[in-house]
Amino acid sequence: MCTVCGCGVGEAKIEGGAHEHTHVHEDGTVHTHTHEHGHDHDHGHEDAPLGVHSHTHHHSDGSEHSHAHVHDGEHAHQHGEEHHHHEHGVAGDLDYGTGPARAHVPGMSQARMVQIEQDILSKNNTYAAANRAAFDDRGIFALNLVSSPGSGKTTLLVKTIELLKDKVAISVVEGDQQTSNDAERIRATGVPALQINTGKGCHLDGHMVGHAMQRLQPADESLFLIENVGNLVCPAAFDLGEHHKVAILSVTEGEDKPLKYPDMFAAADVMLLNKCDLLPYLEFDADLAEANARRVNPHLTIFRVSATSGDGLSAWLDWIQSGLEAQRAKRSESVDALKRRVAELERQLAAK
Amino acid sequence: MHEMSLAEGVLQLVEDTARRESASRVKLVVLEIGRLSSVEPEAIKFCFEAVTHGSIAQGAALEIIAVPGAGWCMQCAETVPMTELYGACPTCGSHQVQPTGGTEMRVKEIEIE
Repeated sequence: MCTVCGCGVGEAKIEGGAHEHTHVHEDGTVHTHTHEHGHDHDHGHEDAPLGVHSHTHHHSDGSEHSHAHVHDGEHAHQHGEEHHHHEHGVAGDLDYGTGPARAHVPGMSQARMVQIEQDILSKNNTYAAANRAAFDDRGIFALNLVSSPGSGKTTLLVKTIELLKDKVAISVVEGDQQTSNDAERIRATGVPALQINTGKGCHLDGHMVGHAMQRLQPADESLFLIENVGNLVCPAAFDLGEHHKVAILSVTEGEDKPLKYPDMFAAADVMLLNKCDLLPYLEFDADLAEANARRVNPHLTIFRVSATSGDGLSAWLDWIQSGLEAQRAKRSESVDALKRRVAELERQLAAK
Repeated sequence: MHEMSLAEGVLQLVEDTARRESASRVKLVVLEIGRLSSVEPEAIKFCFEAVTHGSIAQGAALEIIAVPGAGWCMQCAETVPMTELYGACPTCGSHQVQPTGGTEMRVKEIEIE
């Protein structure tokens, strides 16, 4: 979706992306329909009298259908989670008194300024916050892996999964513009993986990951790995609700990459310097690369690894394990707090 | 970076507001873009025109207020002007500068009728 990489919009597609939803109307009729996910689904309630409203569905195959119906707010959409795509207006009333003079005078311009004061990314951040809350509730540790194409992200993931899958449940989201090759490579290790094709988009966003989570249904206290689209620019700005961004830099790239693409290395908490088994054959200064990365982000944790030879992976795996344990501890703490609260309330009830 | 999806984010906020206010047309959209936000004003202008085509904001003027960059330099212990994110302090040359202003990307207000 950048002018930089020439990617566009509206082509995002989650594997097996058709979904179904049901409308329940006031008169009791129910209709269900299935559609692909790349659609527009907004409608206003403000300008229609007494709750009658019509809306149009634009389907990804280009077809459209409109329908009008009456309802009093009963509007169940089964997306599996609480969020839905409808923006309901404040009321169904017609109000012409909202002009500057709080009155409607025919022929007089109603032009006025409205303050918005909202962050452009606020929609994405809302989705990301919901994802993070869902991860925390269930004690899941979520990582967002970012790098340029060809740094060895998928190989590293496969290796990590092989070494960890007997100890913890893992689910994986794979983001690419096209193909499901990566998800297939992950599935070959025996863990569930979901491919999201972003089409012309250059990054995953919070909304896509929310849907992926519903689809994958990760186990409680498990590891949730998101492999972002290979791109060192855009994924930096889009929070997915992960606990840490992990940037992967390989020694076949330049040492100055952290300086050239500082946003990504500043947004990450961990950097993996991959393909270190090739260092003897290259004129790559690993210390300089690390110094450059620390210049844009002094707090960066760095691991030197080789996904092919397995060198250095144990430190990386230990780091993941401690993240998992922290999430579990946090969850059991909140469960214990709730149990104490229940016990306290029961005690109070018994006393009455 | 990704000005196209940012322009869509802008349009979404504008459309939500215009709908809530029962506007028939959006005449002006005012953005605040920090100099350290990695957003190119020229690119966002171009994308804004493209994404608003056919929407309630078609033909709306786009005004961009540039917010100057500022950071807190740990060495100098004061706020210094910044021209690039992760850049050096203009006074002492240290890279230990925490950005404090100029990273925002916000829709400030819109004019509707």
